[in-house]
Amino acid sequence: MWPIVLKIARTGLISESPPEAQLEWRTNAQWIQGELLRLMGRALAIRQVDAGSCNGCELEIHALSNPYYNIEGLGIRFVASPRHADLLLVTGPVSRHMRVALERTYEAMAEPRLVVAVGDCGCNGGVFGESYASCGRVANVIPVDVAVPGCPPTPVDLLKGILAAVDRRASATISTTSPGL
Amino acid sequence: MPIFRARVARKSWKAAASLVKSLGGRLVSLWATDRRPIDGHMAVHAAYTTAEGLAWVTLPLTDLLRVYPGVDDVFAEAVRMQRAIADLLGLVPEEHHDDRPWLRHDAWPADYQPLLAERTGRETFELPQQPYPFVPVEGDGVHEIPVGPVHAGIIEPGHFRFSVVGEKVLRLEQRLGYTHKGIEKRFEGRSPLDQDCARLAARVSGDSTVAYGWAYAMAVESAARCDVPLRAQWLRALVLERERVANHLGDLGALGNDAGFAFGLAQFSRLKEDWLRLNAAVFGHRYVMDYVIAGGVRDEPGLVLDSISRQCTEIRQELVQLRSIYDEHAGLQDRFAGTGRVAPELAARLGLTGLAGRASGQAHDLRSDFRFAPYEELRAVCVSSSGGDVAARVAVRFDETLESLRLVQAIARRLQEAALQGPIRAQTQVGSSEAAGAGWVEGWRGPILVALELDQYGAIRRCHCHDPSWQNWPLLEHAVIGNIVPDFPLINKSFNLSYSGQDL
Repeated sequence: MWPIVLKIARTGLISESPPEAQLEWRTNAQWIQGELLRLMGRALAIRQVDAGSCNGCELEIHALSNPYYNIEGLGIRFVASPRHADLLLVTGPVSRHMRVALERTYEAMAEPRLVVAVGDCGCNGGVFGESYASCGRVANVIPVDVAVPGCPPTPVDLLKGILAAVDRRASATISTTSPGL
Repeated sequence: MPIFRARVARKSWKAAASLVKSLGGRLVSLWATDRRPIDGHMAVHAAYTTAEGLAWVTLPLTDLLRVYPGVDDVFAEAVRMQRAIADLLGLVPEEHHDDRPWLRHDAWPADYQPLLAERTGRETFELPQQPYPFVPVEGDGVHEIPVGPVHAGIIEPGHFRFSVVGEKVLRLEQRLGYTHKGIEKRFEGRSPLDQDCARLAARVSGDSTVAYGWAYAMAVESAARCDVPLRAQWLRALVLERERVANHLGDLGALGNDAGFAFGLAQFSRLKEDWLRLNAAVFGHRYVMDYVIAGGVRDEPGLVLDSISRQCTEIRQELVQLRSIYDEHAGLQDRFAGTGRVAPELAARLGLTGLAGRASGQAHDLRSDFRFAPYEELRAVCVSSSGGDVAARVAVRFDETLESLRLVQAIARRLQEAALQGPIRAQTQVGSSEAAGAGWVEGWRGPILVALELDQYGAIRRCHCHDPSWQNWPLLEHAVIGNIVPDFPLINKSFNLSYSGQDL
């Protein structure tokens, strides 16, 4: 017990302020929190689906939960069911074997639902492209709000992408502009 | 790496497998190639580990029959590989032990084989979903729990079918292939020096990107008969060991978390993040993707190697501290000890390999079993345990991390010596003639093989990538028997196998 407490105390709080201009980000994040509450009535819940990735993107999504990025501290958490989720985070080119599972996961989500495609593969099929086995980018299968490039995108980029999706939907709702791809 | 090639006739093919088995050898991979554009026939290949090195044995199917003698009665781990060959090339073993499709679900029909030369790989089909015949388990109170392909956490997709009584697992059957994205077809017809091919190989399994990148580069170099500068060999080993440490740190944290010890995840994910950030500072990428290239490495590390050494010392201290916390935590040890056990005899019989194999008494490690630079000079130590349970797989990870920290530190020191200064890249040229080459690298999960065949124009006819997960997935089915369902995530994590690497 004591070694654990001691280790926790010595490690201290290492969570970093989210990226780039800190103050601006803070304000932005708080504004987004407000919008989130207004839109969803709660903190942001994410359901992640690997639709055929090489598992590189998963490594970085996992990293979001480490004490440095501390995504839960921003009020964002990963959930087990699409029914509990506001945002679908999709990695990989969509393999043809995963297409139905991805569509069903998307269908199971309540509106308003957001979709963020992750990584070069999610954006445009990446090195795997389209073939007998791959549908290519996520937008070929379900509507995508924001696509985050990178191979794999860094945790900071993922965070930016997730917040951009919320931001986009928030402004789209206010100005009632039609959300495109 | 010592790699030997041989062509055998149909009647010697099976004898070769039995001979390897009787001498204590193991099956590394089984695959097939449509070599009709080169020499007019299909060929089946097997790669075996022998005491001397890798034996790549080829059986040309000169009689144009689409059947070959299966080796699954000698090496049980061949079953799924044979099913994959049937799905991708339409070649079937003479005697079936399981003729269900493996990598093919419903994306393409049974009469379409994507790896045949006449297929472009761009054909698409709209087929109804087919039910998969899982092996039923019957009896009083037996019920099934289907899980996946989408899992509850942030994991790759695959389907697990549990047959349980109460909480106890009677049987687990896996169905994989969900992330099959046609990787091997995309290599065909391209130049092996095409950057996209190297990038593709490095993305077979993202967590082993350095190992795949190295194996692919080694295959190209061996096909092109090109030597790698000494300094590049040491830099390659540096990044391979860094990949091992990063993955082990992540797994050690996740294993603690899966046993309800969130403290472990917080601490280890912090160490892993420190480690990845130094990767980014030194090599320009958190996972060092695309750093190993044919002929050498991409560039000189961008930072003084002192910082690498310093970080190793710091992380070693923390690791020792955290290990004693793990070891002395009764709740954690209660979940780890005796859970998901694969006995050494079973591991040997079914071909358990790599890290999971070493935790079940299979003390094999390419870095210490064979003599090649720079591991020979570093005297890499093979860590093993005969426990076979989750606790053993945790212990092997701790020991391997400590050993890799030692290696990283030693390599960083040696790289500063005068003897290791020099070029980091040799010119690689592929002639326009038929050639073949193989790359064999001990990734963090186990030995990774890339087998490359070039046609008479110097273009890729076949690039086969083999992940050790092929061998280890079937053993996971054995490991969970008799355990309770809630322990499955923990057991699964302790193996941490690649879906993408086996689905291709």
